Amino acid sequence: MKIVTAIIKPFKLEEVRDALTALGVQGLTVTEVKGYGRQKGHTEIYRGAEYAVNFIPKLKIEVAVPSSQVEIVIDAILSTAKTGHIGDGKIFVTNLERAIRIRTGEVDGSAL
Amino acid sequence: MAQPFEPQRGANFPRANALARSPGRISRFRRSFIMPASLSFRLKLAALMAACLTAATPAFAEPALSKSDNAWMLTASALVLLMTIPGLALFYGGLVRSKNMLSVLIQVFYTVCIVCLIWAFYGYSLTFTGGSPYIGGLSKAFMMGITPEALAGTFTPNVQISELVYFCFQMTFAAITPALIVGAFAERMKFAAVALFIPLWVTFVYFPIAHMVWYWAGPDAITEAAKAVAAAGPDAKAAAQANLDAVLADGGRIYLWGALDFAGGTVVHINAGLAGLIGALMVGARTGYRRELMAPHALTLSMVGAALLWVGWFGFNAGSSLEANGTAALAMANTFLATAAAALSWMFIEWLTRGHPSLLGIISGAVAGLVAVTPASGFAGPMGSIVLGLVAGGVCLLFCTVVKNSLGYDDSLDAFGVHCIGGIIGALGTGILVNPALGGTGVMDYVAGKVADYDAVAQMIAQAKGVALTLAWCGIGSTIIYKVVDLTVGLRVKVETEREGLDLTNHTERAYNF
Repeated sequence: MKIVTAIIKPFKLEEVRDALTALGVQGLTVTEVKGYGRQKGHTEIYRGAEYAVNFIPKLKIEVAVPSSQVEIVIDAILSTAKTGHIGDGKIFVTNLERAIRIRTGEVDGSAL
Repeated sequence: MAQPFEPQRGANFPRANALARSPGRISRFRRSFIMPASLSFRLKLAALMAACLTAATPAFAEPALSKSDNAWMLTASALVLLMTIPGLALFYGGLVRSKNMLSVLIQVFYTVCIVCLIWAFYGYSLTFTGGSPYIGGLSKAFMMGITPEALAGTFTPNVQISELVYFCFQMTFAAITPALIVGAFAERMKFAAVALFIPLWVTFVYFPIAHMVWYWAGPDAITEAAKAVAAAGPDAKAAAQANLDAVLADGGRIYLWGALDFAGGTVVHINAGLAGLIGALMVGARTGYRRELMAPHALTLSMVGAALLWVGWFGFNAGSSLEANGTAALAMANTFLATAAAALSWMFIEWLTRGHPSLLGIISGAVAGLVAVTPASGFAGPMGSIVLGLVAGGVCLLFCTVVKNSLGYDDSLDAFGVHCIGGIIGALGTGILVNPALGGTGVMDYVAGKVADYDAVAQMIAQAKGVALTLAWCGIGSTIIYKVVDLTVGLRVKVETEREGLDLTNHTERAYNF
């Protein structure tokens, strides 16, 4: 099993969710996050006081999937979250050791 | 109770057709001549009245309450309270960081409440009774004699409003002025320091300056004394003239210089703005100033606050006419136009120089326009007010951005850049725009009963002297008061307190619990 973590532009969430749902992905966790990468942030000006805002609001989505599904999930996120401009975000894939459904106690594959 | 007598109201009626323009709440001049067209109407009315009044009636000069003017002044007083709470409180509150939101709101709310009580105890008396040209006396302390029957003069002889409503109207001015200062030292001042500073400041700075600008004997006393001079025989002439001179000399220092301030450019805005700057300098810049993000936390609330300020300002400016007359209408029109002009001026200059128009810019410009038109609202013509607004928007923008950044002082919410600078532009602009040749009203000479000749040099000198005395008195007085507060309770919170925010540390509450 893998965790696919994607940092995306906030307005791309619905497209990504639709694509993942179409693949049969059963669940998704979304967190509002701030950060920076190559997109350097932006400038805000209040009555002449300029503030460089380095941390830009993004959404972090996390999906737990069977290893066999990782590639199609990545493809789905790539195709839907992409605008082609700087700041589209990143995808990280990490190993997932165990998964347990709290309600039933099911584990691993059947818990996803 | 001195109820208005119907005939009296009839006698006053033609005045509604007159070109009546009153310059200052407590300023000496007033134009009140009857247009020829209304003369025959007045005669007819007099005949009608005579027919109705077969029984003996009191003398026309008997002071009587004008219910219509009283109704308007009740409304205007409530509108000025709306400016402060919630208007100013929200405008300022939205501009600070969310951890300090409640501290600003409570500082403004506290100011209103404490000043109301002080006003009743001795503020009204010190401001609006005779004494010296610098401060009044204590004859009306604890509202002595201010009963429901007591009447206060307006700008028209024999037109009176309740002294209680005059008391309330002026009270709202005393309440908003120190509340404006809060914006300059927001986000790092101890609440205890604010709690002590406000009562001291209104006592030693606001009341004297309000007295100097607005206290005068009133139109009734002046016209009566002038009539007595005209009626006096050769032997009584000297005594009557001496009495008239005494009445004319019974006024505040700045008023006696002939400075015009319709609704409080010097008293309210220059005064509060400078006290704010001194506070910002003495309490020091916020921790992290110019290094950390100090963006406004809720510009939506600031927009709501600014809009409420604008609405309430009609009570402030149009109410300063003290009558529901043409002068009030002129003040209202000017308050619309100058504000719109200044808002656009700020926004477009920002757009041209910075590349983007901003909401904070347009609402800041609106407030700058409101400030600048305050002293001019009953004197300038509408086109003059638009020019005044355009100038104020640009100059205040310059002060809140270029000047503040180059000098490095931390006037958190620009109380100085908007109120003091806008107030000075307004005070000096009033001296120019009152000129009848520029569409202004001119200034009324109550003794002669006509508009005096406009003298640009004399008027500008009077305006400049008024500004200078206000700056000097406020500057010295405020500095001493801040020092006293610093030595007793301390002005500033600890750095950790400031980091955590004043809401949690000073008030143990949080503005937003999501």
